[in-house]
Amino acid sequence: MQKISAEQVKHIAELARIELTDQEKEKFSKELSSILDYVGQLNEVDAKNIEAIKQITGLENVARNDEPRIRNQELRKKILKQAPDRKGDYFKVPKILE
Amino acid sequence: MTQFSNLTIEQAHKGLIKKEFSAVELTNFYLKKIKKENKKFNAFLTITEKIAMDQARKVDKKLADGEKIGSIEGIPIAIKDNILVKDYKTTAGSKILENYTAPYNATVIEGLKKSGTVILGKTNLDEFAMGSSTENSAFGPTKNPLDITRVPGGSSGGSAAAVAADECIAALGSDTSGSIRQPASFCGVVGFKSSYGMVSRYGLIAMASSLDQIGPLTKNVEDTKLIFDAICGHDDLDSTSLDYTKYKKEKREYRTLKAGVPKEYFEEGINKDVRKSVEKAIKKFEKIGVKIKEVKLPFTKYALAAYYVIMPAEISANLARYDGVKYGLRVKSQEPEAENLLGVYLKTRAKGFGHESRRRMMLGTYVLSAGYREAYYNKAQKVRTLIKKEFDEIFDLSIGGVDFLLTPTAPTTAFKIGEKKDPLSMYLSDIYTTPASLAGLPAISIPCGFIGKLPVGLQIIGPQFKDDLVLEAAMLYEQM
Repeated sequence: MQKISAEQVKHIAELARIELTDQEKEKFSKELSSILDYVGQLNEVDAKNIEAIKQITGLENVARNDEPRIRNQELRKKILKQAPDRKGDYFKVPKILE
Repeated sequence: MTQFSNLTIEQAHKGLIKKEFSAVELTNFYLKKIKKENKKFNAFLTITEKIAMDQARKVDKKLADGEKIGSIEGIPIAIKDNILVKDYKTTAGSKILENYTAPYNATVIEGLKKSGTVILGKTNLDEFAMGSSTENSAFGPTKNPLDITRVPGGSSGGSAAAVAADECIAALGSDTSGSIRQPASFCGVVGFKSSYGMVSRYGLIAMASSLDQIGPLTKNVEDTKLIFDAICGHDDLDSTSLDYTKYKKEKREYRTLKAGVPKEYFEEGINKDVRKSVEKAIKKFEKIGVKIKEVKLPFTKYALAAYYVIMPAEISANLARYDGVKYGLRVKSQEPEAENLLGVYLKTRAKGFGHESRRRMMLGTYVLSAGYREAYYNKAQKVRTLIKKEFDEIFDLSIGGVDFLLTPTAPTTAFKIGEKKDPLSMYLSDIYTTPASLAGLPAISIPCGFIGKLPVGLQIIGPQFKDDLVLEAAMLYEQM
């Protein structure tokens, strides 16, 4: 049984930037362990010489020309309006550096 | 008004051009119905009355001026709430986007606008399309109109319920591993997932980018074809999208068709009445001359496992953007506990995301993390190659392959709200729909019978890019 401890859950949650209570850590430990146990079936498959799927339709390197595009001012205003905290045209966040 | 009861697109179109009713009358009928019933079914999260009426009036003016209208012009449609409709809330069924207003239209919405359809409102879904029952919505579950103690399926449960309850003529949903097909089967409507790349994902709130496809939920197959035509096509804004017109349109004499029945889709886990119902449907194909062949797809059993590695990995990347910085919920940093940026992330995401979303994000973070990526993610992508190859071989006519596959859409009929508490038992609802998603193949669910009052869905899976063939096969069944 693939076991994910509550301690590992704490680490994963930090990576995923989600704060959990101790109770939640226990609950997720059980649930994630059970799911990982299920997906462990993939170990039965011999895929030594198989290449992983990159793009299911076979499309590769679809790019547009490296040209500047004219920005829609109305759209820009609508986007900035959604900012939870804002100073002029800047999204405001709490301090990052100590 | 009985003249408006259970109209298909064709019937509504005829009614409009024959002037039996106006577009405004048609739209009003649905708006009134939604307002009256929404407390009961909870299919809709937002009613987009203004744009609905504006569009309906435009259509009526055209008709008054003697102009011709298109086949879906003036037709009232509902849109799953993970597809952006400009200037209206798009919540993805989540508290983290509860008050997010879409600044632009998804490409499919632009397509529908161009075709003149009327958009009635946004429908309920499992949060960020994660789920098979719509119970994971932050705004309450949607009830199955055929039995309100049961789920409509998910994640496009709101759209499926709205079509089944005749609260709209058709709807758009999204499908990542069955999220259109399974609710279609639970609610007794038609649900189509095209080949990956046929419909632009621009403006669809991303769940798993290598799997997501927008598609129609309708009352019959003809309606699905009409909606699909209006939304498919290459889009510069979605670099994974394809030009559908490049793929030859199949018009095969149905007696030359060969249908494969994969034994893995009829083994343990399937409800015996569902199996009987689907087997009866398969016999109908046989009766009219389609050759039925039993086939084996041994990698089927690994599809759900591969999916539950690949999908959470993609989700963990796609949902990282919900960080309280540019839009959506932000836990205020004036609170002493959230006084730095990391705190904003940790608390916003804890508060904004439901249990299922957090579970999948963490699973994804784990399988992509150092030391585990090779064993989990890379392995799952290799198994995905094997699953695709297996399908390609089964559809290779030059080596005795078949034209399409017939399977059940889901192992059961609609289960009761609250019944599936264990995550894995919920995930297993998608056991028959997941393989076609991993392989990027077109697949449709069409109603094929009832068990009591609960519908059963037949799934038709076709070769990659042969969406037309799948639609023709579905049409063939419907006309029997």
